[in-house]
Amino acid sequence: MAKMTMVQSINLALSQEMEKDDRVMVLGEDVGVDGGVFRVTDGLIDKFGAQRVIDTPLAESGIVGMSIGMAVYGLRPVCEIQFSGFSYQNFHQIENHAARLRWRSQGRFHVPMVLRTPYSGGVRALEHHSESREAYYAHTPGIKMVIPSGPRNARALLTSAIRDPDPVIFYESKAIYRAFREEVPEEEETWPIGTSQIAREGTDLTLISYGTMMRPTLEAASILQEEDGIETDIIDLLTISPLDDSLFVQSVRRTGRAVVIHEAPGSFGPGAEIVSRIMEKAFYYLEAPIERVTGYDIIIPLFSRENSYIPSTQRILRAARKVLSI
Amino acid sequence: MPKTKIDMSDQVYFLSILNEYGNIDEALEPDIPEDILLKLHHYILLGRRFDERLLSLQRQGRIGTFPPISGQEAAQLGAAAAMRQSDWMVPSFRETAAELWRGRTLENVIIYNNGYNEGGRIPEDRNNLPISVPVGSQILHAVGIGYAIKYRQTDDVVMTFFGDGATSEGDFHEGLNFAGVFQTPVIFVCQNNQWAISLPRSKQTRSKTLAQKALAYAVPGIQVDGNDILAVYTAAKEAVARARSGEGSTMIECVTYRMAVHTTADDPKRYRSDQEVEEWQKRDPLDRFQKYLKDKGLLTDDGIESSEAEIKEQIQAAVDRAEEETKSLGDPLDMFNHAYAELPPHLIEQRNALARELEEHQGEKSHG
Repeated sequence: MAKMTMVQSINLALSQEMEKDDRVMVLGEDVGVDGGVFRVTDGLIDKFGAQRVIDTPLAESGIVGMSIGMAVYGLRPVCEIQFSGFSYQNFHQIENHAARLRWRSQGRFHVPMVLRTPYSGGVRALEHHSESREAYYAHTPGIKMVIPSGPRNARALLTSAIRDPDPVIFYESKAIYRAFREEVPEEEETWPIGTSQIAREGTDLTLISYGTMMRPTLEAASILQEEDGIETDIIDLLTISPLDDSLFVQSVRRTGRAVVIHEAPGSFGPGAEIVSRIMEKAFYYLEAPIERVTGYDIIIPLFSRENSYIPSTQRILRAARKVLSI
Repeated sequence: MPKTKIDMSDQVYFLSILNEYGNIDEALEPDIPEDILLKLHHYILLGRRFDERLLSLQRQGRIGTFPPISGQEAAQLGAAAAMRQSDWMVPSFRETAAELWRGRTLENVIIYNNGYNEGGRIPEDRNNLPISVPVGSQILHAVGIGYAIKYRQTDDVVMTFFGDGATSEGDFHEGLNFAGVFQTPVIFVCQNNQWAISLPRSKQTRSKTLAQKALAYAVPGIQVDGNDILAVYTAAKEAVARARSGEGSTMIECVTYRMAVHTTADDPKRYRSDQEVEEWQKRDPLDRFQKYLKDKGLLTDDGIESSEAEIKEQIQAAVDRAEEETKSLGDPLDMFNHAYAELPPHLIEQRNALARELEEHQGEKSHG
């Protein structure tokens, strides 16, 4: 096993799938010669050539629309949109076509493509480079929305996403890209899309999160254990849609208390759906109202203020203690 | 530093072979086998009569809103006929005649327009994408298919259809640019029918032609008389040959006219004159083609009459089949079909909830 950053582990998944399956293609802006602005696709063009690692013109709709055509023909395109903040320019292709061609053609065609794109703040970037809009995609029937939280699960999830018969939006946290390393096995690993995991086990409180926010959530749990003697259960969603509610519902039934954490704006965000599922499936087990710790319902500020916007360990702790106090 | 002229040698040509009276320019007459000419005649007539029948079904409330094609049959069929079956077609929503030529059934069209998704089903052996409603957005799919064809080194080609309005969309420009950069085997067929609902061609763009827009992307563009099936066929045949031999894409602007409404929900009297429509009726693609076939000795008035009778029967049989098939399509639970390869747990829950609701509702009903 090698210790890898998430940038390296995603590169490994792409490289291994391209090696194995000549239907897998990579395309996007600066993904070839430059290896991607975050170097996620570094070296792929040398291994697989410019026909499979395609430097496209600068046009997001073009990239996604072309990927849809390639997928309909039988290829497995993995396109990169350089920043998720630019993906609004391709959103209609996802909503109007990627998500619907299976349905519209009554099963004759399907769109096995992956759209990889960096999301979330925390890296002192420019406007449009720090956004979390997973709710748009999670709200769109016909696609799947995946957000890994570390190098190992990113590799496994991307491998599964590439093999998935339906279109997958794959959000990669910029804040995690190079933040830490994990052991990532050389041999193939997959993780079923639509399946969450228990990131920490406890009996007093359930914390539900994903992606970038998993680190402050885990940190808050350690502090709660050390300072308050509280044992938290943490559910890492990994897939936002289709949402696996089984683990967090079971967990809330045990703990009776829950906090949902995400960086995306709170109103109509994934937390709203998660809380609804808890109300539908675990209401009678609740000991206290559920808290949400999320981004505010404003555009994420430029970077001098982003740390006041992005949910911090302290905000998670305050919400947890409030829920525990009832 | 001098200011010098950059040599732009590209030119846009206009091609017309059958003039508006149906007289042929013999020097340009394409060599089309007789059986294909007669098949084209069958489909151009079928396209027209089917359109009329759909309109009457719509007015009777037996189908929903649909976009008629009258006037554009030649532009569609001349282009589609230049392809072989293994080639790919990426239509917009006003290419019914081309879709029929490519194997879509009449009943499938009726069922779709009667509000059943099942009518959108594409047969397994046909490389036709389903219709695409958001204007111009399908153009990029053709480029992706073209890229994949090139990657797989087959000699298939892709033909995509769109209207004059689509040339204002970003996806049109992105599609042509990608096609130019990647040299994909795509034929871009623009059905310039003069109207994008109420917006005339003159307000869509100040460009002299639509075909010239392709030139900026190093894709050859040609303008043809879109009501002249021989001109459309000739241009398409050449574009298909270029694409098949690896020379890349072509754009064909078919100058035609939407003789009917945009859709059955539209009232063109609000924005265009009867006089204009009458002018275009004189250039009807059906009349011109029939005159050509008669002059060639391939068709007689009796022949037309028997074609008309055959088509009437063909359409009636399709209407009957569609009504019969529709009877088995009522199950609301089927709306969950084809959402994903496998229905995820939350959709199974929702489907089951609907099933329970329907059952309870049914119960209430039977209890009066």
